[in-house]
Amino acid sequence: MPSLIAKAPLTATPLQIGGAKLSAIDPGPITSVAPFRGKEAAVAVALERLGLSFPAPGQYVESNGLRLVWTGRDQAFLIGAAPEGLEGLAALTDQSDGWAALLLEGPAAEAVLARLYPLDLRASVFPPGHASRSALNHMLSILLRTGADSFQIMVFRSMAQTAWHELHAAMTGLAARP
Amino acid sequence: MRITCPLCGPRDRREFYYYGAEAYLHRPAGDDAVAWDAYLHLRNNPAGETRDLWYHEAGCAQWLVVTRNTVSHSVSTVELVAERGAP
Amino acid sequence: MRIDGKGLIDRGSPVRFRFDGVEYDGFRGDTLASALLANGVKLVGRSFKYHRPRGVLTAGSEEPNALVEVIERGQQTPNVRATVQEVYDGLQARSQNRWPSLKYDLLAVNDLAAPFLSAGFYYKTFMWPRSFWEKLYEPMIRRAAGLGRLSGRHDQAVYEKAFAFCDLLVIGAGPTGLQAALTAARAGADVILADEDARMGGRLLSELEAIDGSPALEWVAAVLAELAALPNVRLMPRTTVTGAYDGGTYGALERVGLHLPEAADRPRECFWRIVAGQAVLAAGALERPIAFEDNDRPGILLASAVRSYVNRYGVAPGSRVAVFGNNDDARRTARDLMAAGIRVAALIDSRAGVSTDEDFPVYAGAVVSGTRGRLALDEITVQHANGTVQIAADCLAISGGWNPTLHLTCHMNGRPIWNDDLASFVPSRGAVPGLTAAGAANGAFGTAACLAEGQAAALAALQALGRVAKPAPLPVAEDFGYGLQPLWAVPGSGKAHGRAWLDFANDVTVKDVKLAAVENYASVEHMKRYTTQGMAPDQGKNSNIGALAVLADATGRGIPETGTTTYRPPFVPVPIAAMGAGGRGKGFAPQRLMTSHSASVALGAPMIEAGLWYRPSYFPRPGEATWREACDREVRMVRQVVGVCDVSTLGKIDIQGADAARFLDLVYTNTFSSLPVGRVRYGLMLREDGHVLDDGTTARLGDSHFLMTTTTAAAGLVMRHLDFIQQAFCADWDLRTISVTESWAQFAIAGPKARDLLAAVMDGPVVLPFMGCMDVQEQGVAARLFRISFSGEEGYEIAVPARYGEALFRDLLARAEVMGGGPYGMEALNVLRIEKGFITHAEIHGRTTAFDIGMEKMVAAKDCIGKAAARRPGLVGPAREQLVGLKPLADAPLTAGAHLYAPGAAASRDNDQGYVTSVCYSPTLESWLALAFLKDGRARLGESIRLVDPLRQIDVICTVCDPVFHDKEGKKLRA
Repeated sequence: MPSLIAKAPLTATPLQIGGAKLSAIDPGPITSVAPFRGKEAAVAVALERLGLSFPAPGQYVESNGLRLVWTGRDQAFLIGAAPEGLEGLAALTDQSDGWAALLLEGPAAEAVLARLYPLDLRASVFPPGHASRSALNHMLSILLRTGADSFQIMVFRSMAQTAWHELHAAMTGLAARP
Repeated sequence: MRITCPLCGPRDRREFYYYGAEAYLHRPAGDDAVAWDAYLHLRNNPAGETRDLWYHEAGCAQWLVVTRNTVSHSVSTVELVAERGAP
Repeated sequence: MRIDGKGLIDRGSPVRFRFDGVEYDGFRGDTLASALLANGVKLVGRSFKYHRPRGVLTAGSEEPNALVEVIERGQQTPNVRATVQEVYDGLQARSQNRWPSLKYDLLAVNDLAAPFLSAGFYYKTFMWPRSFWEKLYEPMIRRAAGLGRLSGRHDQAVYEKAFAFCDLLVIGAGPTGLQAALTAARAGADVILADEDARMGGRLLSELEAIDGSPALEWVAAVLAELAALPNVRLMPRTTVTGAYDGGTYGALERVGLHLPEAADRPRECFWRIVAGQAVLAAGALERPIAFEDNDRPGILLASAVRSYVNRYGVAPGSRVAVFGNNDDARRTARDLMAAGIRVAALIDSRAGVSTDEDFPVYAGAVVSGTRGRLALDEITVQHANGTVQIAADCLAISGGWNPTLHLTCHMNGRPIWNDDLASFVPSRGAVPGLTAAGAANGAFGTAACLAEGQAAALAALQALGRVAKPAPLPVAEDFGYGLQPLWAVPGSGKAHGRAWLDFANDVTVKDVKLAAVENYASVEHMKRYTTQGMAPDQGKNSNIGALAVLADATGRGIPETGTTTYRPPFVPVPIAAMGAGGRGKGFAPQRLMTSHSASVALGAPMIEAGLWYRPSYFPRPGEATWREACDREVRMVRQVVGVCDVSTLGKIDIQGADAARFLDLVYTNTFSSLPVGRVRYGLMLREDGHVLDDGTTARLGDSHFLMTTTTAAAGLVMRHLDFIQQAFCADWDLRTISVTESWAQFAIAGPKARDLLAAVMDGPVVLPFMGCMDVQEQGVAARLFRISFSGEEGYEIAVPARYGEALFRDLLARAEVMGGGPYGMEALNVLRIEKGFITHAEIHGRTTAFDIGMEKMVAAKDCIGKAAARRPGLVGPAREQLVGLKPLADAPLTAGAHLYAPGAAASRDNDQGYVTSVCYSPTLESWLALAFLKDGRARLGESIRLVDPLRQIDVICTVCDPVFHDKEGKKLRA
């Protein structure tokens, strides 16, 4: 057992402001899966055993609490469990500690994000099951729409406080509108 | 300005980093000084169609060849550098 | 004066506000302008240049005169248009550009000096004597120039910026915009309807018109109710679309909280970037004034504004109102006034032969040639076929015809087209891709025509969006006649003494424009700059067409040949605070915090920025008075015992694949394919132009698995560079790269007792050769250990998953303390590396080559990025400035940025021999040290050189030496 104490990227009590709620979440292990050249078919077979398939650009797939999120050309993040059966087939890189994950939910969530992302977040364009790599203001991030009114936001661990601050400010301003 | 990333779809220009002319893709073989000079330094400045390199830095980290018109600012095609056909 | 029973103001919601300290009553639904007029306040400001008394001219955002300061608790906003500012309880506004008061303004003397202040006076008057410019003229002009004043304090208010996306953006919610929005919304398109007014309806709010046989307002209300109920429609009142940009992007400024008393968190304004598949410009039209002598007195308004104040706000702008026009709107205005029970003093119609059969005096074929009144209008002079007559009037409504509000169509270089029938410019089609002008903005001035064009524009947009929709029966509306006969300036205006105003905002008269023509500023763009006509917020709203008509006349060209100036965004002023919303303080840039951040802060370490990262500068101890004392102690601690430093900010890139080694051979000058597993190698990376890009160590973790480190500063740059090389030149290689910078917390342990400290934290001795690496278990956690050093001492770097970073840092410090060691910060790190001659981006600053830094032997025989260019003549050889060390002959501080000269030579550019990049005081060598680039430096070791920093008055003779000052043989590293 490790004697070093693990610390989450962000310890903050959830914020409920207006129609939006922000909380820090632990999404579990995150592994970058980048199939080696010529191993795409073998990767697909291994993923199928996990109930997953390699996601199309801008999307994620999920099964049994596991998510596989498209994060780039030939790259996806497996979130929720360690990658089993993919060793040697794909470049696997542990990203678990590199990201802070936030959950933004509520009827105002989309409007809050419209103040930070230069993205078309209309449900017709960005429905649940979609994921974007885009900039949360000045921060690289991964944005998942997890429900009609819920989004998972991932930013670099070191920027977690800034992301929280930006979201807090956007929520406050939106809620204070007449 | 908006650029349609072949992978991510139409995105605001603030997600992209501008690099320079598409000429950077044609790295000379060998060390002919004239060829290297042209590759590194000689550029056209067209009024009209131009092809240049953009990096989807805040997105999928792909390098793109963007064909656009310097007069009308219209973007006609966007291709992935990694998947471009033979020149 | 209020007119009983009229208007759309909410008489159940009275408000009290102050203007220039006096309290007035108004109602919700009033603008500051309508409420002031209701209270009989006509004088609201002083003009820009001549300090002429001015009153409200318009009822919209084009207002040139009624600009005021709005005062809030922490805020003072200048140049607020009283015609846009809504009144609220407690609103405080103040007139501007006057002293000591609006009625008695000392600078009104400028008006008497007008003959000296005509067009181009800047260029003529202040030319000599030359020395007067800085001391007298400029300060004087600065004091007199401008209108409102700022508070002088930081703007602490909240602003927002936001993005919106839609299929169709409809700009303007008059009859055209409402019909367009309705058509598209019913067809299922996502519609944004933006209007700059607080209330949607456009001119229908101000006119007495019927639609489908009922008052037009009922139709407006019904359409808005339907739109508001549709989920695919977003109504954006108080939102001015300010600019049209590439790719269907529009800028828009929303007044979020300016109509309400200040509240702590409420945004004042929001700057929107709206991306629309298609857009309909339904922004209406702006009425234009007519130039005649003294046409700027308070009480003179545009006729459309008079109808707005009467019909929409229930305000009589005067008790004896005269109307002067060149089209049917003048008569309409007079009739509306009569209907509201206001006395019409006269209708002066410049068109001969119009009917005189009205219940008020009508002068056909007549003009207003002058006015009188000191601070407000008293009397007008009417010139008619049979002579002149003075008519008493306290208000004059002017109608010179309409100009389509086509500004947005010109924002991407589009030029409007002259339409002779309308005597106005109309938009050219397709000037902004996807934007179609419709209704009055397109020159269709009647309501029926507006409804038809609104529907047609929406249908065309729907078709372009790939949607199918059919025209629906349109509501029935009447089109009033227009019957315009152009009259720009009353004949005789602009003669010797009189002044007829064209541009109220910039105080430009007919005479100024004629003078510009005489002095050969005959091009419209030259005239604009010479006279300042149409500059600044006006952007051609009120004055443009009139001025260029006068110019056309003066130069003998037609208006189409004269052309128009360029309308630029923004259509209305946009506060920088709104565009940069959220960018203040913490929002300026992301803060990147290391896992050890709070532990370092708890130890009192001042944090300094390194890019976006925050790193500890030094760790002060009791009794240390300066940072230098702390830094010197930390350096000695590392050299003599052991120090711990968080180095997590260095970029870490994971590289895997069968072609990983081959890739590293291409990106680094030296060879990595020969690196054994479990070893680390220093690598040098060039740009393709032969200059050094970055350096760092790369470890081989497995046969096809490497971990590259980059400098903190260049981490993002290197990732971009690697992505480019991979995608451009190695796309078919088996290669996968990803940043793992954030995944690992990494700590340097350096000093003679580094091995002991490591053994203590790892529960056992560690054997690892210099430049070795291995996977280890650190207290049960999978960790990586590297034996590398940036200090010159025996050094290790241990990396653990970031979640354990803080715990490991605290543990390392606790154990180091026991041994007499401790943490060291950036200052000590810098001294340690200078003593050892290690470079940072101070040295590899983008203009230095491998040759310059003495590493040309690291450029291997194989090909690599930058290799060909690095060999170019001029990038190698004795003429290059080469990395050397410098030590002062006598103890004296050195500075980075200082330049080098031969002793005895003058410190001039011609004699420049090089420059200093890094300096420190070395407690180890008890001397100041510098790293510098010196011409042919490596051949000059032992020479003396003069170091001069004229900014800091430093002039020191130094000895040129090897850049490695400490442990040249590297025995300590390899211990």
